[in-house]
Amino acid sequence: MEKRLFLRGNHALAIGAIKAGCRFYFGYPITPQNDIPEFFSKQMVKVEGCFIQAESEVASINMILGASAAGARAMTSSSSPGLSLMQEGLSYLAGSELPAVVVNINRSGPGLGGISASQGDYFQATRGGGHGDYRTLVLAPSSVQEMHDLTLLAFDLADKYRNPVIILADAVLGQIQETMVDRPYQPLELPPKDWILAGASGRDPRLIKSLYLKEGEMERHNWKLFEKYQRMKREDVRHENYLEEEAELIIVSFGTAARVAKSAIRLARAEGLKVGLFRPITLFPFPEKALFDLSQRVKRFLTIEMNTGQMVEDVKLSVARDADVHFYGHAPGSPPAPEELLNALKKVY
Amino acid sequence: MKQVFKRPRSLKDVSFHFCPGCHHGTIHRLVAEAIDYYDLRERTIGVAGVGCSVFVYEYFDIDVAEAPHGRAPAVATGLKRALPDRIVFTYQGDGDLASIGMSEIVHTANRGENLTVIFVNNTVYGMTGGQMAPTTLLGQPTTTSPYGRDFLQNGYPIRMAEMIATLEGTSFCARVALNTPANLMKAKKTVRRAFEMQMNNMGFSFVELLASCPTNWGMNPLKANERVEKELIPYFPLGTFKERKGTDHQ
Amino acid sequence: MYHEIIMSGVGGQGIMVIGSLLAQAAFMENLNVTYTPIYGVEKRGGHADCTVVISSEEIGSPIVDSPQSCIIMSRPSLGKYGPRVKPGGFLLLNSSFVDPLEVRRKDLDILSVPALEIAQTLGNDRLSNMVIIGAFVEKTRVVSLDTLAAALSQIFEEHYHHLLPANAAAISKGAEYARNSFHQ
Repeated sequence: MEKRLFLRGNHALAIGAIKAGCRFYFGYPITPQNDIPEFFSKQMVKVEGCFIQAESEVASINMILGASAAGARAMTSSSSPGLSLMQEGLSYLAGSELPAVVVNINRSGPGLGGISASQGDYFQATRGGGHGDYRTLVLAPSSVQEMHDLTLLAFDLADKYRNPVIILADAVLGQIQETMVDRPYQPLELPPKDWILAGASGRDPRLIKSLYLKEGEMERHNWKLFEKYQRMKREDVRHENYLEEEAELIIVSFGTAARVAKSAIRLARAEGLKVGLFRPITLFPFPEKALFDLSQRVKRFLTIEMNTGQMVEDVKLSVARDADVHFYGHAPGSPPAPEELLNALKKVY
Repeated sequence: MKQVFKRPRSLKDVSFHFCPGCHHGTIHRLVAEAIDYYDLRERTIGVAGVGCSVFVYEYFDIDVAEAPHGRAPAVATGLKRALPDRIVFTYQGDGDLASIGMSEIVHTANRGENLTVIFVNNTVYGMTGGQMAPTTLLGQPTTTSPYGRDFLQNGYPIRMAEMIATLEGTSFCARVALNTPANLMKAKKTVRRAFEMQMNNMGFSFVELLASCPTNWGMNPLKANERVEKELIPYFPLGTFKERKGTDHQ
Repeated sequence: MYHEIIMSGVGGQGIMVIGSLLAQAAFMENLNVTYTPIYGVEKRGGHADCTVVISSEEIGSPIVDSPQSCIIMSRPSLGKYGPRVKPGGFLLLNSSFVDPLEVRRKDLDILSVPALEIAQTLGNDRLSNMVIIGAFVEKTRVVSLDTLAAALSQIFEEHYHHLLPANAAAISKGAEYARNSFHQ
């Protein structure tokens, strides 16, 4: 029988990272994710890994760039304002085609905002975030189990595509303690890292760079990256369906909001309302095809987010033209309760 | 016939396209010679700053990573922590290191990271076309200080080597110039010493090289060399500001 | 089986400790459980709240608006959560700090426990929280009292383990009080 654990989300994530072979963590304190660096500061010593409390998020993302260029699995975690500071580094990581795992325990904003749970960084995470024409893979856990499991996956996908992967969670997922199954790490089959820097011994020198000045080079590089993002869409889209069969209304929601939506759906079902859930697990690549297929049958959708309307744009772009897409936003503060979402779905049912 | 001068092994067989009289080519050569001297080419990784320094990878025949503007010390930290038995150096200009990258350089030095920083101070932003740098001298005209740098408006030029030397984490810190054969010979030894410190796990080593930028100074190379002597060295004195003795860091 | 509990009081009363303890006990009984410390704005002004959801099925929302049960350790907590308990739900009051007469609702099962006074008989004011959780588990049986006591060693760091017997005794006292009292 698999071992059960009772863990806090942030710890489940950190345990997953160590299990996936991450030995380099660089980070800067910011609430509500401090238990992640605190965990690594204690544990990295025990696995002969490296923990540095960097002088800023700008430094931590660039330390990752260095460790990743050396072939190591490296990660950082932060919360929204910290992610803003990391966007430069993320752009360079994407441009230089370096793997990295970056965790955003999304707090509310803009500006200093607040420390409460939010999904306000959906655009920042899924649209690249920094300068230039690039994307990062974005994984959205919805339970402590997924905080762990998707971290294992994140390191594999980062290596598979040589691209940064963002885990987009929030204070609720980070702070709740929950039962989970301690799954072993079964790595994907990954290409050899034949690009890492280690000194030009017995081979030609290698470069890790994102500067392309020669005629036509930049254009080729951009299309090469584009092709990679297309491949992500073909091979690594994930979502969960819940009670979607014979549903007349589908709620589209991710992360914490999706969990609350599940409870709201149970309440609705108890009242005889045929409501189901479509939960994107990868926010980029967005499960547009699965959602389109669903919209051939179901014509009413309600997107629920802990923001004032971001993912709803992707939902509208995905569904068939004759499907209605409604939106219910719970702006940051305290997270929504199931009863609140039940009322919201009744209005459009 | 004995060959007395040749291209260092660690440089590629390509010609520099730096401006005439620019000291970057000379500094590239000094660094490559130090790498060759200790036979480090096959285990050295360079980190290029942004500015004229970014072309390090066009000329060095070694592994190179490009860092975002100012972040080379952070990138080098990641590389060196992951590969502690390799030699890692950054190559940065004054805008990169002393302006946008001030935080990274100070904290990398302060952590005593066992890596080497080559800091090229020519008192001006070269690649972007001659704007004011944090090391631009008082009275020096640039495209963004057209009336000359005024301390009321822009503050004073920063003496990086002296500042870095105050940090406990720093093991070796020196300033050299390249304007005369004698200074050049001292610079060569100093750069070599910096790499030696790293090889001996002595911790953070930092060399500031006063360099000329004839193009952006609006001078010919000879005049530019004279300016190094008459204006730069008086404000940025040469010397070794810190050198930790012993066989190991701390 | 599905049970939601909100526990609320003032910082320092050990709310988070008994929340974790109950959740740990549920975990040890192979149930699904979420424990959520209430975070953010509500943490200010000395408030300390947490939510525990225990279920034999997959748990949806870890956030609860109207719980089946509520543990109230301070007056402001009563004002905030009293009205939210589900009709027919269970309200446990720490009557050392909250006057049961202030409860206006007639549709709840209410138990008042003078936790501070009971803790004082054990010689330690700070055991009030354990008295309360002992009484809660006795009345609701969401987990067994034995598991609750066994969970103590899991949530306290080892250097506090000399305090386990006193905490276990407080749980027993609370349970005993609940057994012997009649509901209002």
